[in-house]
Amino acid sequence: MPETGESVRGGSGLLEPASSASSAAPGRLFSVDAIRRDFPILGTTVRGRPLVYLDNAATSQKPQTVIDAISRFYATGNANIHRGVYALSEQATVAYDQARLRVARFLGASSPAEIVFTRGTTEAINLVAQSWGRAQLRRGDEILVTAMEHHSNLIPWQLIAEQTGAVLRAAPITGQGELDLDAWHRLLSDRTRLVAVTHISNALGTLNPVRELAEAARARGAVVLVDGAQSAPHLPIDVHALGCDFFACSGHKLYGPTGVGVLYGRAELLERMPPWQGGGGMIASVTLERSTWAEPPARFEAGTPPIAEAIGLAVALDYVDGIGFQAITAWEDALLHRAVELVGAIPGVRLVGTASRRAAVLSFVVEGIHPHDVGAVLDDEGIAVRAGHHCAQPVMRHFGIPATLRASFSFYNTLEEVEALARGLGRVREVFG
Amino acid sequence: MAGLSELYQNVILEHNRSPRNYRAMPDANREAQGHNPLCGDQVTVRLRVEDGRIRDAAFQGMGCAISRASASIMTAAIKGRTPEEAAELFHRFHRLVTGHPEAGNPETLGKLAVFSGVSAYPIRVKCASLPWHTMKAALDSPDL
Repeated sequence: MPETGESVRGGSGLLEPASSASSAAPGRLFSVDAIRRDFPILGTTVRGRPLVYLDNAATSQKPQTVIDAISRFYATGNANIHRGVYALSEQATVAYDQARLRVARFLGASSPAEIVFTRGTTEAINLVAQSWGRAQLRRGDEILVTAMEHHSNLIPWQLIAEQTGAVLRAAPITGQGELDLDAWHRLLSDRTRLVAVTHISNALGTLNPVRELAEAARARGAVVLVDGAQSAPHLPIDVHALGCDFFACSGHKLYGPTGVGVLYGRAELLERMPPWQGGGGMIASVTLERSTWAEPPARFEAGTPPIAEAIGLAVALDYVDGIGFQAITAWEDALLHRAVELVGAIPGVRLVGTASRRAAVLSFVVEGIHPHDVGAVLDDEGIAVRAGHHCAQPVMRHFGIPATLRASFSFYNTLEEVEALARGLGRVREVFG
Repeated sequence: MAGLSELYQNVILEHNRSPRNYRAMPDANREAQGHNPLCGDQVTVRLRVEDGRIRDAAFQGMGCAISRASASIMTAAIKGRTPEEAAELFHRFHRLVTGHPEAGNPETLGKLAVFSGVSAYPIRVKCASLPWHTMKAALDSPDL
């Protein structure tokens, strides 16, 4: 792995010992069969066929350990956190704080105070836009995004630009679905106050050179936000190595529950940011006229947070680290490789997004057949893929198509499932011929 | 397997391959555009309404097999009808694709009955009904 958080295609050997595996399963060999047994849903059937789940970029499935942790919390540990002067509340508070610590370790943050729990990536980005953006952006300031952003890393910036008079700029992408780096560098200027970029495109799988972009942006004095919704499940993340100021990701794409996400923010920035939502838990003191704010991260967590979800997420991170990213990237790389080979060879199939560095996502269209119709045929085979614009309408417009099919992979997928996908696509012609 | 062939009945596949009334209509006096933001499907429906009857109907756009076949069969089905009859037909079609058994005698629904399989796929109801909503909007719009 040449660079932490930057390498996807580096892995070559399959079924390598997971040497980076940590506490959960030290020294365990990577066995996809064994891993699949940890995920109860993978043993179920859909329309009478074994489920072939290839919609991992939308949400991942959950291992039994995560399901059990959430269930255990509600069965024996449930209480609201903070200020409860009884044992159960203290335990819940400790568990929630430990979850924060676990996330900090997962992302390489310096301190748990740099980890804010949110509802998901979307809320994490909106938090930065509304808190940092409202306080910092002035008329004429520029926000630089890319044309491959998910709507959740575009619309919050459109909103804050409108509210502050800042100017939103978007760097174009190439025909391969890669960021046009020359154009991006040209758009970066001394007026650029914030750079927001996706680490991995959810629609195309493109892996962006975030470290290079962050370095250039920070040299210009701009703050850097990385949308890590798609990268955190697939790459080891080290926010310091990436050189970003903010990093956002979602629990449910990381084998954890829905309803919890993470904003990493550099302490120095978070400390200067005003609250963006008011309520319980985020104050230092309150009178009827005015209030003072708690320190981060509490300042940004108004109301009862997703306690069970944060605890479930921590267990999910244990699970992921137990397998280890060396094994994960090697296996997912093999799956993608095989998918490109098999699906790309089907007559009439056109791959959308062929970046040289990409991860875990295969986006494609079948000439003359609408993605929804292709998706329906695959669904009939028990194969779950996504058909649509993937909340990335500017990307679809760039390629001149209304929608694509997207198969997205996880470490629990098998080569047989990739072959099932290719066979299912072969059947599409029979139906619509 | 039964599910898929129920959804994509042969008549639907045939209309998808060779849609009827897929054309511009220079003498149309009503027009509306329909858009399904979920899947990006777009359809334009054009009508010529004269003496209280739909004399001609056509559509253009891009969409899945269900929406394309629905538009094709719809344009054929509403020709010669009054706007009230077309609205009533839409009502019964909508009952059919949303799985209401009292949608009516399939014989009087004619070819529209081939969309009965859609009710098992709630997400596709919008595909099937988009052309109809658009037709209704065209009827309700002022003369071009």
